[in-house]
Amino acid sequence: MHAPLGARSQMQFWIIQGLNSLSLGGLLFLLSSGFSLIFGLMRLANLTHGAFFMLGTYFAAVAMRTYTGLNIWVTALGAGLVVAAIGGLFERLVLTRLKTNPLGQVLVTLGMSFIISDACLVLWGGDSIPVPTPHNLQAPTRLFGFVFPTYRLVLVGCAVATAIALYLLMDRTRLGAMIRAGVDDRQMARAVGIPVSNLFTIVFCLGAGIAGAGGVLGGPILSAYPGLDADMLPLALIVVILGGIGSLLGAFVGSFIIGFVYTFGTALFPELAYIILFLPMIFVIAFRPQGLFGRVGA
Amino acid sequence: MTISRRQFVSGVAGAGIASMAAPNLCFAQTSGPIRIGLLAAKTGPLASGGIDMELALTMFLKDHDNTLAGRKVELIVADTAGVPATARTKAQELIEKDDVHCIIGPLAAFEALAIADYLTERQLPTIGVAAAEDMTQRHPSPWFVRLTSTSAQCAYPLAEYSVRELKYKKIVTIADDFAYGHEMCAGFQRAFEDNGGKIIQKIFTPLATPDYGSYVAQVKSADAIFLGTAGSNGFRFLRQFIEYGLKDRMAVIGGMTALDESVLRNMGDEALGILTTSWYSAELDNPLNKAIAPAFRKQFRYDPGYYAASTYVSGEILEAALKTIKANAEDRKALMAAIRGNNVQTVRGLVKFDEFGNVIGDVYIRKVTRSDGRLVNSVTKTYPDVSQFWTYEKAAFLKNPVYSRDYPPAKNLEL
Repeated sequence: MHAPLGARSQMQFWIIQGLNSLSLGGLLFLLSSGFSLIFGLMRLANLTHGAFFMLGTYFAAVAMRTYTGLNIWVTALGAGLVVAAIGGLFERLVLTRLKTNPLGQVLVTLGMSFIISDACLVLWGGDSIPVPTPHNLQAPTRLFGFVFPTYRLVLVGCAVATAIALYLLMDRTRLGAMIRAGVDDRQMARAVGIPVSNLFTIVFCLGAGIAGAGGVLGGPILSAYPGLDADMLPLALIVVILGGIGSLLGAFVGSFIIGFVYTFGTALFPELAYIILFLPMIFVIAFRPQGLFGRVGA
Repeated sequence: MTISRRQFVSGVAGAGIASMAAPNLCFAQTSGPIRIGLLAAKTGPLASGGIDMELALTMFLKDHDNTLAGRKVELIVADTAGVPATARTKAQELIEKDDVHCIIGPLAAFEALAIADYLTERQLPTIGVAAAEDMTQRHPSPWFVRLTSTSAQCAYPLAEYSVRELKYKKIVTIADDFAYGHEMCAGFQRAFEDNGGKIIQKIFTPLATPDYGSYVAQVKSADAIFLGTAGSNGFRFLRQFIEYGLKDRMAVIGGMTALDESVLRNMGDEALGILTTSWYSAELDNPLNKAIAPAFRKQFRYDPGYYAASTYVSGEILEAALKTIKANAEDRKALMAAIRGNNVQTVRGLVKFDEFGNVIGDVYIRKVTRSDGRLVNSVTKTYPDVSQFWTYEKAAFLKNPVYSRDYPPAKNLEL
């Protein structure tokens, strides 16, 4: 419950929480775009996604603790590559063997997420480890006399940049065209000679890599801690179900809708935080099962 | 099972030597070692505390050569994973399969509540760590003692200190949205407002809160914010609190788990100067702790905190009780009576138990400072012999409902 003490504090409430919503939306897009990509092409709810994200965060926390002054952007790139490689191996060695068994695939991704989270616990212990905010972004930004953390604003920029890059990749490149063909009609794509199995690996790497890099970038806000994976996975699911399966635009819009709903929900009705978070999803499933931007029968 | 001749001979010889060396063993009805069961969450989100509980108890036993009151001790550790149902299964396993003489732990209140009735029914002496108020108030068990603190026990002194010494008039509280957070904030509020202060806002955040930004932005202007959090949540909240530039505008104070040593070891200068309250600090200036805390730090490279101290003190209490009953742990009634009846000097100071089995002991106001390069909770004031009822009259206290989100009602909230 906020304080309606005068117009200024009213305005401050809406501005600050609005910015908060944007930054959470940005974070959610970094989390869920990879999930959406994988889901779209492979029809696979990759429940390891939260663990990939957490792996990125731990990677950043440990690397930046060991090498103080390590640049967060370099770390994000490195973590993205490492997690992409892990994802690729997992897809090649495990998932392809189960390709005739979709339920088995989903269960295996769940099992993998447990393995990763326990491995993190063994390797790095049960403490929460901070990811430092980059030095030049530590000072809060002052906007019209209101204070807001600079890093959160930058995070929104990162999400937008990622969205544009993914859009260009999907819309302007040959690889993107092949992926879109695979999303629309897998059998037909195979028939015209698109190597769908290789595409699966590439997309899985890409999705995992974005999650890993997103985990690094989300680190200064979230910190690395056991259970981060389980906290983040439902959020990715909500975004993707809301936005529409396999739709990049859906993931983008869905992320910011959830960002706003969650932030204002917790600010205005703190007791109902979780109800507010899941309510839009229930409505969407009930009235528009394909999601806001999903295609029917895809 | 086959026993070779050599094993048989060495076994008999060993037994002979043992009974010569420790003649009092012959008086005790010994059947093998004393078996202690430790319930600790070694996996899952509570793992940090659970692992410390095991390390400290193992260290205690090792310091005593795995022998308490002249009798060998065997430790059986069961991983509850921080899940009540698992805690129940493991407790049953410890009792039915391992036939333990007593249980130490578990860490979380919801785990402790899940097994409380079972342990009472099986009449097993339990040295508890979890803080749920009613376990030693409205629903005490004759088989349960708690050496740490109730949720609110350590909050009372800080509430009084905030008014009398720090001169705070308005405070905002924030805590995790479950019983531990509700109870601690309720106790803090009661003592703070009885001393003339005002709690102007109470925020409870879900246990799994990915982003604290929207909560930080709600915090109203006050003299201080009280963190009633546990585990990594307080630490994550605090970082956002600082990033929003709020630390320059109001002070931060915290409950017994908010800036525990296990949290501090991952923090930086942002923690400096924060006051918290607890029944322990690695910096405590008593002879026992001055020997133990550095030894722990040397071995594990960080300071012992709430969880490590909880099992170490459990070990000390158990040892004293076993000495009283001449190591006859099979007599559970006598063991429990000895645990409850003894006043034991421990690393946290003198531990006594009230008639409900809850500790009466010193509570310390601590300030985060830097010492030898690391962050420590240095003690600034000691409140001696704090009871779970604080300064309130016991009968009246127990007539009230247990502390909760809405009790006692907050009358000074700013809307």
